[in-house]
Amino acid sequence: MRKTYVLAALITGLAGLERNALANGWNMPVGVTEVSRHVHGLHMTIFWICVVIGAVVFSVMFYSLFRYRRSKGAQAANFHEHTTVEIFWTAIPLLILVAMAIPATATLRHMYDASEADLEVMVTGHQWRWHYDYVGEDVGYFSNLTTPREQIDGTQAKDANYLLEVDQPLVLPVDRKVRLLMTSSDVIHSWWVPDLAVKKDAIPGFVNEAWTRIDEPGIYRGQCAELCGKDHGFMPVVVHAMAQDEFDAWLAERKQEAAAAASGVDRNWTLPELMERGEQVYGSICASCHQPEGQGLPPTFPALVGNQALLEDLEGHIDTVVNGVAGTPMPAFSGTLNAVDIAAVITFERNAWGNDTGDIIQPSTIQAQLSP
Amino acid sequence: MAPKLPLKARLEHSENVAGGTAVQDHDAHHSSGPLRWLLTTNHKEIGTLYLIFSLTMFLIGGAMALVIRLELFQPGLQLVRPEFFNQMTTMHGLIMVFGAVMPGFVGLANWMVPLQIGAPDMALPRLNNFSFWLLPVAFLLLLSTLLMPGGGPNFGWTFYAPLSTTYAPPSTTFFILAMHMAGISSILGAINIIATILNLRAPGMRLMDMTLFVWTWLITAFLLIAVMPVLAGVITMMLLDINFGTSFFNAAGGGDPVLFQHLFWFFGHPEVYIMILPAFGIISVIVPAFARKPLFGYASMVYATASIAILSFLVWAHHMFSVGLPLIAELFFMYTTMLIAVPTGVKVFNWIATLFRGSITFETPMLFALAFIVLFTIGGFSGLMLAIAPADFQYHDTYFVVAHFHYVLVPGAVFSIMAAVYYWLPKWTGHYPDECLGRWHFWLSVIGVNLLFFPMHFAGLAGMPRRIPDYALQFADFNMASSIGGFLFGFSQLLFVWVVIKCVRGGVTAPAKAWDGATDLEWSVPSPAPLHTFETPPDLRRVAG
Repeated sequence: MRKTYVLAALITGLAGLERNALANGWNMPVGVTEVSRHVHGLHMTIFWICVVIGAVVFSVMFYSLFRYRRSKGAQAANFHEHTTVEIFWTAIPLLILVAMAIPATATLRHMYDASEADLEVMVTGHQWRWHYDYVGEDVGYFSNLTTPREQIDGTQAKDANYLLEVDQPLVLPVDRKVRLLMTSSDVIHSWWVPDLAVKKDAIPGFVNEAWTRIDEPGIYRGQCAELCGKDHGFMPVVVHAMAQDEFDAWLAERKQEAAAAASGVDRNWTLPELMERGEQVYGSICASCHQPEGQGLPPTFPALVGNQALLEDLEGHIDTVVNGVAGTPMPAFSGTLNAVDIAAVITFERNAWGNDTGDIIQPSTIQAQLSP
Repeated sequence: MAPKLPLKARLEHSENVAGGTAVQDHDAHHSSGPLRWLLTTNHKEIGTLYLIFSLTMFLIGGAMALVIRLELFQPGLQLVRPEFFNQMTTMHGLIMVFGAVMPGFVGLANWMVPLQIGAPDMALPRLNNFSFWLLPVAFLLLLSTLLMPGGGPNFGWTFYAPLSTTYAPPSTTFFILAMHMAGISSILGAINIIATILNLRAPGMRLMDMTLFVWTWLITAFLLIAVMPVLAGVITMMLLDINFGTSFFNAAGGGDPVLFQHLFWFFGHPEVYIMILPAFGIISVIVPAFARKPLFGYASMVYATASIAILSFLVWAHHMFSVGLPLIAELFFMYTTMLIAVPTGVKVFNWIATLFRGSITFETPMLFALAFIVLFTIGGFSGLMLAIAPADFQYHDTYFVVAHFHYVLVPGAVFSIMAAVYYWLPKWTGHYPDECLGRWHFWLSVIGVNLLFFPMHFAGLAGMPRRIPDYALQFADFNMASSIGGFLFGFSQLLFVWVVIKCVRGGVTAPAKAWDGATDLEWSVPSPAPLHTFETPPDLRRVAG
């Protein structure tokens, strides 16, 4: 009887410890999708199997160490084989593994079934930001880290969501199956949100797929999980899940904004207008490599300040931004920025930080290159 | 099952027990002066060179780890910039894997394989010299990349393309050359070990009479020969992509970045076992010596080692569960990976059965060996968890993985090397290592290593990706604990250096058979082992009748 009580107390205690660990962020989150709950279940099952095996194995080990000390007069036996025991401890682990493989296989098959999705989002990894494109909706945008430099450098107190805050999160409807298509424009990234139990590599030249169906509205945070260069630690993933009607309203608003942003291609822009817009684009897109003051990080990321080769060759400058430079980290922006943004950022680069060329590049010039 | 025991008994019938009698004649044609160590072809001297090199690299790689832990002590960027942080993680990994652990085991093999099989030297002594001297050149070149424009390798020790090709710093070509040299060194070393074990065993020593250390090294050497050329191939493809305009791994040119990962891990997973199989051998030699009882299940240990080696070629893509493999491939690699738990479990059970009903003492080598069994098993458990592909999506590329592979590599492989050093120092130097300092070193290391790596499990489960120089606030406590543990563990190793130096200089004189429970052949030659041993091989043939 006494033993049963002790055992019951031990199990209650361990279960309490598990809940406690979860509450304090010591364990894998249960998450907000059916898949994430299955994954958490598998995780806890294999964990407890390991704990039990470990408890048995280490008990025997420490019993032997304690009981058969020479200092207590232990005399060594001379056995060195026992076929039955050896077969037993080969077969038992095998059976445990088979028992574990069955639910794992079922969950994996479920995770691999991305068919019949209600919504598709193209997720593109860039050094070092994510780009989300709602397939068939003409809505697409970059999602940039917004944690201020001062917080990273320690001159300002850090927010609760330090390094996990972005300007524009990925917005998704709840209770809908969302198919996520992953790719990359440069190196390999990996899109990961622990609460969704989705982690999939974004690989240049490949389109990977994953899916999720979020149960509860909320904001879910994750990070790039595959080393992707200098700012790998600074490209968070933020998902904002909301009810379908809210999502529809948001999507409609984004479509209008996108249309408005792309407008003005035909009119003539003034230098101050282009400089203002260009500074914004530069700050969110270009500054991570070419640095906030345009000084670059040679030899990988060339300086823009006083770069004579660049400043003397306007055509080359436009070509570099629009089409990228093969064989270098410089990506093509023709697919991710509109003509106004590209014109503005090139104008900005040619006139900021003492690069006083006075060149004004009109969006119409860029548009001609984007759609020949 | 072949009886392993009678070796000692047979040895006593042999006419050439010590083999140290003819030593004097040979010292005459041994070079002296400054070139002695450069030109030596003696397996003991080359073994010593390997071990000194390994220790040096361990300290350099460790210093880099301390830079990492210092930066991660608190959230925010305090000490280094992300560019340099990435160089530190990359160099730390490369140096520890290729500069510390592998040469450490090769050094032990150089010293102990000939002594344990009754051979006078390695089969190919000049090749042995060349294999060693490639290494300092390779690693000087590798370290020098840190001073080149754009810095050294910054793409992780797994150097995934295209981060390591199109997007890599200009120094990458030198990195490739350094890896080629280290790889050639490993291949030549492996050929030498195989040639030695298969050809130079003492008369009468059958394969199934060899110690587990020799057995595991034989199997490891075959793994090295099989996979180091794959590494050479993959880095050559990188070289061509970087310098000659090919597109093996460049998607824009029709190449395939995932191909890189398949090739890398086809090398990389057997590589993982290259770093742990000799450790199994060491533990299988030390545990029986201090339990004063023959190793339980000698034959099953050999078969388990061979099974692990074969399985190691069939599990590589478990490092790639999130790259988007087809379902059938995910399932295949999940099952094969889980299967590895079986032979690995057999090994742990055998060690514990060896302890059971032994007569156990706890000298420093034994302490490290016991800590190995417990902590390696913990690393094995997290490995089993990682094998479950659906759960691996959550674990992959987080600190949980960092915790896992450091558990199998530090209190695993590194502790086994330390156990081996404490165990064989009396044979190498003729003195026992200072037992009191040894115990201090052990306890500080074991406390430090757990404080360092155990909280990483929690940080990873809570969602912290690996290879980041700065992190969100919820990971702060785990990282602070890890950093404190890191410094404790790191500085404890200076004690180890001191113990070794002290032991070389003097200490309690060790007899030929330094440990009363040790039964293998090396304990039949004097301590310290003379420069030339077993010039006439010991005759282990069974006495008729």
